[in-house]
Amino acid sequence: MIASTFKILEVNLSTGRSTIRGMEGAATYLGGSGLAAKLHLDYAKPELAWDDPLQPLIFCVGPLTGHFPLMSKTVCAFTSPVHGQYAESHAGGRSALALRFAGLDALVVIGRAERPTVLHLGANVIEFMDAGYLWGKDALTTGKLLRRILKGSGHRTIMRIGPAGENKSAMACVNVDTYRHFGRLGGGAVMGTKNVKAIAIEGNGSLELPEGKEYGALYADIFRKVTDTDMMRKYHNLGTASNLEALNELKALPWRNLQATSDPGIEGITGQRFADDTLLRNAACSGCPVGCIHIGFVREKFDKDNQYLYRQVGYDYEPIFATGSMLGLTHAPDVLTVMDEVEKAGLDVMSGGVALAWATEALEKDVITVEHTGIELRFGEVQGYVKAVHLLAGAASEFWKLLAAGTMVAAKHYGGEDFACVLGQEMAGYATGEVFYVAQSLGLRHSHLDTGAYSYDQSNAPKDVDKALAFLLEDERERVILTSMVACLFARKVYEPDTLRECLTVLGGRELADNLDAAGTFIQKLRWQARIAGGFDPMAVKIPKRFLEVTTWKGQTDPKYLEELRRAYATAINGMRGPEKEQ
Amino acid sequence: MKQLVAIRMDRCIGCHSCSLACARVVHKCLSWENAGIRILSSGGLSTGFLAKVCLACDPAPCAAACPTGSLKQRKGGGVTQLKKLCIQCGKCVAACPVDAIAQDRQGRPYVCIHCGSCVEFCPHDCLEMQEVEA
Repeated sequence: MIASTFKILEVNLSTGRSTIRGMEGAATYLGGSGLAAKLHLDYAKPELAWDDPLQPLIFCVGPLTGHFPLMSKTVCAFTSPVHGQYAESHAGGRSALALRFAGLDALVVIGRAERPTVLHLGANVIEFMDAGYLWGKDALTTGKLLRRILKGSGHRTIMRIGPAGENKSAMACVNVDTYRHFGRLGGGAVMGTKNVKAIAIEGNGSLELPEGKEYGALYADIFRKVTDTDMMRKYHNLGTASNLEALNELKALPWRNLQATSDPGIEGITGQRFADDTLLRNAACSGCPVGCIHIGFVREKFDKDNQYLYRQVGYDYEPIFATGSMLGLTHAPDVLTVMDEVEKAGLDVMSGGVALAWATEALEKDVITVEHTGIELRFGEVQGYVKAVHLLAGAASEFWKLLAAGTMVAAKHYGGEDFACVLGQEMAGYATGEVFYVAQSLGLRHSHLDTGAYSYDQSNAPKDVDKALAFLLEDERERVILTSMVACLFARKVYEPDTLRECLTVLGGRELADNLDAAGTFIQKLRWQARIAGGFDPMAVKIPKRFLEVTTWKGQTDPKYLEELRRAYATAINGMRGPEKEQ
Repeated sequence: MKQLVAIRMDRCIGCHSCSLACARVVHKCLSWENAGIRILSSGGLSTGFLAKVCLACDPAPCAAACPTGSLKQRKGGGVTQLKKLCIQCGKCVAACPVDAIAQDRQGRPYVCIHCGSCVEFCPHDCLEMQEVEA
């Protein structure tokens, strides 16, 4: 049942004390993104650096989490090492249901532990465990050890960092239950700076449901839509990896640091190729029957006499773009090999791959030398990248330390800004055109998921700044409602506003349902206020020259359209900075 | 007489829809734990998922261990449950050889009653109701 107040667990690592507090405003902030922005505004200290112990690390679920299929995501919010401002990163796995069944709407972690720590939480447990012996361990080993150490039901999430997080890399992710991640904007570094190696949450509680048959009937109806129709087929079939071939065909797939947008080498890394040659099985986030997680295998002959080992690696479109086409790797097992190293290192795969692509071109152009990198990097050669992943995560030298702080940070130091594929943060895999470049550069999360701009580009809409701007603003508003529930965005066609209202109402959240539209508008602005409070100046955002050189199926990037849209979107964002009354 | 059999668990994707269905439909709560069927990753040399669910013993050790008759032998295997007789002693939980009975924080046991409510919520037909001789 939906309560009118949020239940928030606040853990203070510095004092070792925790508190549970209630917060009014369920109909205003909804949960997820809305609650995260509100809590960040309440807790964060914009005047202090991102790694100050006082800065919060926030995890939020939403009013529908666990109650309906695909309501399976958690919003993680923090002050980002990328830009020192409000950031959100979203992940599934077991994290959302574990938080829900621990009885929490949000977890806020503040302070800094004196020693490496594992935070062990649940409906009836708050424990700080010394984890000195885990420090330095990779993200996969850490997960395996913690599964053994924490005796539990299996109904838990283990969110942990690898060496990248410990080294406070701006590209460090939080690995969630092995195959999912709070990937972008450096959440792993925030955990690292707090000396938290892992947060394990046991979902060992149970919640009340409404009386009567209405809820069960609505659940069954949505479940059937998700499983018995073609709505979700793309995601469990080839998965997002099916985009590789389509985008390459469109001349919109970034290759070799976006020096090209199409390449015959695509044959070796299509979704079909991954499925045919490497797919072991599918897996799902808890509470989602779709099963979009594709787990491939890669085997390695480690000794003579046919001695092999094998690794299981989760793949998706974005990781294949970042460690495949972007690095010129055209053999699926090579791509999985690099991806596996990225996973262990605890790096965000998109940022890591794009950073290594920049380093490779910078070496080609003599902007940097092997003396900087310590190793040779060449597009298409896998072994260099396998080593480079760990140099990057380990911030192994002055060069790698700068690159770990961000591709543009390194480019500003060494040169090569023109070909740094950075749109707010390292680009996602869509060389689709002006609307996407503007959307990622200015988007609140600098994510391809802030809006469906890559789809808008592909719709061949005319170059109309007003129409594109209206799309960006409205699509963001609609997505903010979903990420406040917190739905997987793959389910955006299932959870149209009327369906969301039905879901909320049947769980006793009539007030939330009635206020849904207004709350969406309010939360959209609230998030921008949280971001701008940290000093974000949308007008100052630049789009590197490389994006102007891109040629897609529509021809070369139109600099005039790009600039006009950039200015219009920046102006609109600035327009949302003002004080907004709670709805 | 029908029994629930987790017959194709090698297809399981770990979505927990079965557990959630049992909790929702049978026990009227939202949980992945307070349910007659529970899913966990198998780990070890094999990978994938396991179902912790009643194997329909006949005679059932849990029924034999129950001091009040809250759990009674079901014809064809497994047990029937009369919740009002339960004193939350946990004897049934300890007696189950395959750890198929969950106990919540109040001590209440959750065991599969072979009703089949979970079957339609498995997206990959891992579960099946099979006819057995009573």
